[in-house]
Amino acid sequence: MKVTRQTTVPAIATGAPTIRKRATSSAQRRAVLLFVAPFGVLFLAFYAVPIIFAVVQSLLTVERKGTFGPPQQVFGGFIQYQQVFQNTEFWESVGRVLLFGVVQVPIMLGLALLFALLLDSPLLKGKKFFRLAFFAPYAVPGVIAAIMWGFLYSPSLSPFGAVTSQVNFLSADLVLWAIANIVTWVYVGYNMLIIYSSLLAIPTEIYEAARLDGASNLQIAWRIKIPLVVPAIILTGVFSIIGTLQLLAEPQTLRSFSSAISSTFTPNLAVYTTASVPNYSLAAAFSVVLALATFVLSFVFLKATQRKVSQ
Amino acid sequence: MSRGAAMLIMGVFTLYFLTPIWWLLVSSSKTGGDITGTAPLWFTADSFPTFFANLGNLFTYSDGVFGRWLANSALYAGLGALVGTVIAAMCGYALAKYEFRGREAIFNVVLSGVLVPATALALPLFLIFSQVKLTNTLWAVFLPSLVSPFGVYLARIYAAASVPTELLEAARLDGSSEARTFFTVSTRLMAPALVTIFLFQFVAIWNNFFLPLIMLRDQALFPVTLGLYAWNSQISQIPELRVLVIVGALVSILPLIATFLGLQRFWSSGLGAGSVK
Repeated sequence: MKVTRQTTVPAIATGAPTIRKRATSSAQRRAVLLFVAPFGVLFLAFYAVPIIFAVVQSLLTVERKGTFGPPQQVFGGFIQYQQVFQNTEFWESVGRVLLFGVVQVPIMLGLALLFALLLDSPLLKGKKFFRLAFFAPYAVPGVIAAIMWGFLYSPSLSPFGAVTSQVNFLSADLVLWAIANIVTWVYVGYNMLIIYSSLLAIPTEIYEAARLDGASNLQIAWRIKIPLVVPAIILTGVFSIIGTLQLLAEPQTLRSFSSAISSTFTPNLAVYTTASVPNYSLAAAFSVVLALATFVLSFVFLKATQRKVSQ
Repeated sequence: MSRGAAMLIMGVFTLYFLTPIWWLLVSSSKTGGDITGTAPLWFTADSFPTFFANLGNLFTYSDGVFGRWLANSALYAGLGALVGTVIAAMCGYALAKYEFRGREAIFNVVLSGVLVPATALALPLFLIFSQVKLTNTLWAVFLPSLVSPFGVYLARIYAAASVPTELLEAARLDGSSEARTFFTVSTRLMAPALVTIFLFQFVAIWNNFFLPLIMLRDQALFPVTLGLYAWNSQISQIPELRVLVIVGALVSILPLIATFLGLQRFWSSGLGAGSVK
């Protein structure tokens, strides 16, 4: 957006420079407070305080005076964390989502990148249609997507009976990948659009210059487009990692279709199950460990990819 | 790659993305028996009346609780995203357009908030809310949904790129207050980002599962996703719920698809902002 510079600006400003400056800056200070305060208060109340609360809760433990005494919360130090580390079911669930992420995230982002490049290429007709068709599943909430695919996977209801009567997607061996398919189905289009819109931001002069140098479409995609959309891919990568570690709605919903999903199938399911026992201190410790793991993984991913980019 | 190969890839994946939604639409127009007995991807002779009969059952079953769930979702997601967008936009705008002490510190804290999984917050929020007797109320789901660190991040990036500082100075000289400048001038320039923030927060709240799952006991307060989840887990005891779950799923995704289609023009230009350095 262009703004025409007004020559009157300095002339007016020089009239009473110090007073005007002080007046505006105090008005601006008040404005900053007004603009930042609502978000700040809510962020404190619903982000900062719960995190602190979870950490405190995870350091407490329940004790009873004698066998029949009333339960009492006392400071227990790192007892809960010891239990977290000894809890094999929890670590199995962590291993499961890590395996899930290592396979599903690259497939999903690879497809998203491929579709974005095709949408951006001169090869396709009907781009608008494909863009909307691929994005449509994003409007389907995880629970609903899991219900739909739950029916589609079931041998008796599935339109693909020929396949589902041979291969049981809801068996213990395959159910993790059945969930991976649901997550991919929902999010590929979303990631595609993020990458595609950053492709659209690349100035076309670059391509013209490359074409003059004799570059093919494939070379342009590989040498110019992909390197330039790496920031978008990193962004989608970080969100995908967070999403993977948070898996809950899909496996929890599919439990009514498959007995192969245990109550501790993913870390979040383990938190939910532990909280409904109820053992809030242990559940809080799980949450803290999980939040830290998410943080560390996202951070490592950011650093690793940034180093690669700058090389 | 040839044009044919490109079209083939896109065609195959169009089937992958749309077949489940098509199946849902077709199944919504069948009776419980026909869902298993007839061709799964095509309509029956009675599809039209059956669809409306199913729809009628959906909205009358259990005293019309489904309509209540839809209204709850609209309230949580619609009003929540609207208020949340305004709050996030004000904060992001202040971080972009004003110099003040602690600006970078605030931005970094908000950015790290983007990385905190929402589900990790749900349990401590439940414990806090139960101490102030707010669990199992509308507020328990509504209030936490107002906070969108990603919205602040997007708003800051977009405001920095699209609201010229000269324009703000001109408005100041004209005697416009900071708040008035923001609401009348800056928000217009930030419109694509605001629509994007609104839509993505709307979807995030509409899809949120863990928070309502642990906060709410009273069915009358459920959002539509939690309601359908509850029905779906009772299908083995009450088989007639199967049809209602399928029709209900269709009805619950239509508002979102309609919203996205209707606002497409606006959000597609704002979407890239988050990924541009």
